[in-house]
Amino acid sequence: MNSSETGALLEVKNLKVEVTTKAGSFFPVNDHSFSVQAGETLGIVGESGSGKSMTAMSLMRLLPKHAAKICGGSVKLDGRELLSLSEKEMRQVRGADISMILQDPQTSLNPAFTVGNQISEALKLHGTGPRKTLRERTIDALRRVKVAAPEHRIDNYPGEMSGGMRQRVVGAIAISCRPKVIIADEPTTSLDVTVQAQYLRLLKELQEETGMAILFITHDFGIVANLCHRVIVMYSGRIVESGPVAKIFANPAHPYTEALIAAVPSLHGQQGRLTTIPGQPPAPTDKITGCPFAPRCAYADDRCRAEAPPTIAADPSGDHTTSCWRAVEA
Amino acid sequence: MVELSSPAQTGPSLWRRLRKLPLLPIVVLLTVFIIPAFFAEWIALHDPYVPNLRARLQPPVGFGGTWEYPLGTDRLGRDIYSRIVHGAWYVLAVSMIGIAVGVVIGTTLGLIAGYVRGWFDGLVMRLVDISLALPAMLLALALAAAIGASFLSVVIVVGFALWAYFARQVRAEVLLLRNADFVARSMVAGSSHTRILFRHILPNVTNTIVVLATLQVGIAIMLDASLSFLGIGIPRPTPTWGLLVSDGRDFIATDWWIAFFPGLAIMLTVLSVNMIGDWLRDTLDPRLRQV
Repeated sequence: MNSSETGALLEVKNLKVEVTTKAGSFFPVNDHSFSVQAGETLGIVGESGSGKSMTAMSLMRLLPKHAAKICGGSVKLDGRELLSLSEKEMRQVRGADISMILQDPQTSLNPAFTVGNQISEALKLHGTGPRKTLRERTIDALRRVKVAAPEHRIDNYPGEMSGGMRQRVVGAIAISCRPKVIIADEPTTSLDVTVQAQYLRLLKELQEETGMAILFITHDFGIVANLCHRVIVMYSGRIVESGPVAKIFANPAHPYTEALIAAVPSLHGQQGRLTTIPGQPPAPTDKITGCPFAPRCAYADDRCRAEAPPTIAADPSGDHTTSCWRAVEA
Repeated sequence: MVELSSPAQTGPSLWRRLRKLPLLPIVVLLTVFIIPAFFAEWIALHDPYVPNLRARLQPPVGFGGTWEYPLGTDRLGRDIYSRIVHGAWYVLAVSMIGIAVGVVIGTTLGLIAGYVRGWFDGLVMRLVDISLALPAMLLALALAAAIGASFLSVVIVVGFALWAYFARQVRAEVLLLRNADFVARSMVAGSSHTRILFRHILPNVTNTIVVLATLQVGIAIMLDASLSFLGIGIPRPTPTWGLLVSDGRDFIATDWWIAFFPGLAIMLTVLSVNMIGDWLRDTLDPRLRQV
């Protein structure tokens, strides 16, 4: 991994989250290490339950209190260790340094307040910015996410807006305090395709404008190709492959990545049934020996089932890594 | 970048919602309850406390009575109409203050219990169970024995009879709201728990509280009347409506008007308050407003 790289804005090392349930405990985030530079977009890809959102919430330190806890590792933002901050200090980091866009714009705005009210709340919580009136700064925030007629929109209730518009408002709240890192947890999943494309373009423009880093959580490799610089692929709580998007698309080193890319429908390819990956991911509480993907893997052999593969470089440059026995042999 | 369309029209206008006001209940409530409560001195015809033995047991107008005593007189010759009008103030004060006590206690405990969960939640919910199982009359009797029946004891009884409903309802809504995405979004923006609770959750339960409180006015009035009827309410000679009904009890076969008109006042007030409460619930329901 890029752990030795200098100048990383957000650096995560050996992050481990434990979840305790009645059925036993397990690690939805198992020994994650990755880093993001300013102005870079890192895609986090995986199917449901692979630990993507858990990773995001543990970076914000907003895991559900009784069930989950961070039990090891380090999260450094601009050289500052986040895991050792007090709850009060962490509140100052949230929104101001790291911010987040949640999946569903229908429910992530409070129906009882106008959108302007909710944007200005975020501005007030971290009382920084130019000495303009709060209302003007709120209108500015809406303007930055390309909402037309922001001076009228500011007094609308969320119920009076479309899904795409609401997600822009959520985006406006997230970027209102100019965070260095923004975590977008499947922000376009509930939007229709044209609105989705507009929203992704907006994120890209905002990133160029502010130089913020984006952690983009998705299960859609199409979006990754379009938006991300680098990508990490997660399976069953583990990072199975990571590297620059171009390399991963051209040369996937892990069979799971290969299968995911093959599953992206193509406009030009042959018609017919969509490609799927046979089988199911393991239940989180299952005890896994060997490679977690082995039961579904077309190339698995006895060693894959017996022994977990190490994380190794997939090519000489060192920025593309995978954890697969096939790569070890190659 | 494609700009999104210009502002949409806002929901149904205030005027259209106001037109659906339940006019009849409001008029009834004003004439029977609100106006008498605040203007008793001006609209009463006689002193409600001074007996006039020469005018004992006068029947109401239309049943052989005169306009001097439009609703008749009781066995001491006091004007029933004036007594009802003067009693309205006490009924209003007891129900409003009692409900305020219930709302404040119930909402606070319900909010905190639903948000922090854990042992505090368990404690509050057991208290709710106990409170709902304890007959209000028993509490009233105990209080009357301990500190004497007074305005204060009636307010306490009404408050304690009602707080549990608020606590239970508010807690149930908070349980849903605390997991709402907008709470998570506000956490992500750096809000504290206090801020989440009072800025984001409380405003979303106020509709419920307002509607529930309105519907409880009827219960509070009935409770107050029951206490007075049993002689453990605001003591004589204050002419609360329950006491007026109680006074007429022995004469119901011969001089029915003594109990009938205070009873009618109670019924009309409670009925119109409930109808207004139903209308408020329909109007404030966020699911209807969002459409």
